[in-house]
Amino acid sequence: MARTAVPGRLTNRATWRVARLVDRRQETETAATLVLEVPDWPGHQPGQHVDLRLTADDGYQAARSYSISAPVDGDRVEVTVQRVPDGEVSPYLVDVFAVGDPLEVRGPIGGYFVWRVTDSAPVLLVGGGSGIAPLMAMVRARRAAGSRVPFRLVYSVRTEQDIYFADELRRRVRDDQGLDVTYLYTRQAPEGSSASPHRIGVADLNTHGWPPQLEPACYVCGPTGFVETVADILVALGHEPRRIRTERFGPTGG
Amino acid sequence: MGIVSPGFQGRRRPSEPALPPGQYLTEDFPVLSAGPTPRVPLTDWEFVITTETGAEYRWTWDEMWSLPTETPTVDIHCVTHWSKLGTSWEGVSLDTLLDGIETAADYALVHSYGGYTTNLPLDDLRDGQAWIVHRYDGDDLPSEHGGPARLLVPHLYFWKSAKWVRGIRLGLTDEPGFWETAGYHDYGDPWREQRYQGD
Repeated sequence: MARTAVPGRLTNRATWRVARLVDRRQETETAATLVLEVPDWPGHQPGQHVDLRLTADDGYQAARSYSISAPVDGDRVEVTVQRVPDGEVSPYLVDVFAVGDPLEVRGPIGGYFVWRVTDSAPVLLVGGGSGIAPLMAMVRARRAAGSRVPFRLVYSVRTEQDIYFADELRRRVRDDQGLDVTYLYTRQAPEGSSASPHRIGVADLNTHGWPPQLEPACYVCGPTGFVETVADILVALGHEPRRIRTERFGPTGG
Repeated sequence: MGIVSPGFQGRRRPSEPALPPGQYLTEDFPVLSAGPTPRVPLTDWEFVITTETGAEYRWTWDEMWSLPTETPTVDIHCVTHWSKLGTSWEGVSLDTLLDGIETAADYALVHSYGGYTTNLPLDDLRDGQAWIVHRYDGDDLPSEHGGPARLLVPHLYFWKSAKWVRGIRLGLTDEPGFWETAGYHDYGDPWREQRYQGD
């Protein structure tokens, strides 16, 4: 496995910065994108994440990691958070945390699950549910950089209503040359859909991914079971394990 | 104390034992790894300790598990903020494996099937602090949790407990591993919250 050097990784990574919410967008019934203004943000690569820390009025603190869902944009950092039922942090972030409110941010964190706009290999993104967040940062970074690297996104959701960034993805497929998006539905497929609801399988990745001979960079993100299944299939289809990068969201994202 | 996020209550657990700073308790066992899960046939499996002089000490699967095992019950702490208490394992103590190996090394670089590496001081593998484990919670260790065998070194953040462990290289100098090269802390003591470089 190649060692990964993150440029500027020593700059202020360890600093907790006070950030404020400047905008929020509801993505689905259970997920929201939070746009944070983080003074002196050192910048990040698509795929990296941040630690967020909340403090209650008696000093009690809780911290969680969240993927960044948009490419670098000055002091703005976007995270997309899914409300975990019974979670300690995510219900607050999705339902209570309001524009103008502060929290603390540190990062960026993680230097391996990263796509760089200078990379030239074709890219396969495979996302399950909220696992789309870091992959969306890559799709957006590709657009922002005017990259022509061919991207395929295979996105597994329960129903059409569970698609994050739905309008933007439609627009990007129309406007961004070389971006293909395939949706798979596990519970209920939209009317007129050719496939019935199913969990992702060999045929899906064989049809909608890249042949291993093209040596694509594969990024897989989602719940553990999903990532295990997809990574195993990609290896079985002949992709080299070192070209498959995974990020797993446990059931306890909190 | 930092700034206050209005309306944040959090969920305190006064009855629970103290956790390291910044950690929360989970009953689940989340999986974190950077790539596909390697599948290692037990007939091909081996574990190798290499000293700074190049001397190699090898164990096949059968040789490893003919050694006396211990059954540590330990708390584990992941750098992604979750902690899990009272996890039970079965494995061979590194004291047993290092016994009789002549070395002047101060550092260990652990390497895994699949290419993962992580580094730690050799002293942190001694004195009942580390094991090669092949069973978790009374069952064979599942592959997504590092089976057939992983390192268990619970007093450090859990990325140091390399999954799919294949060997340990002993050295006179400290050589950073996979996450350590990517900006994570070189040592990783959860009680001192050594998550990232500079902590």
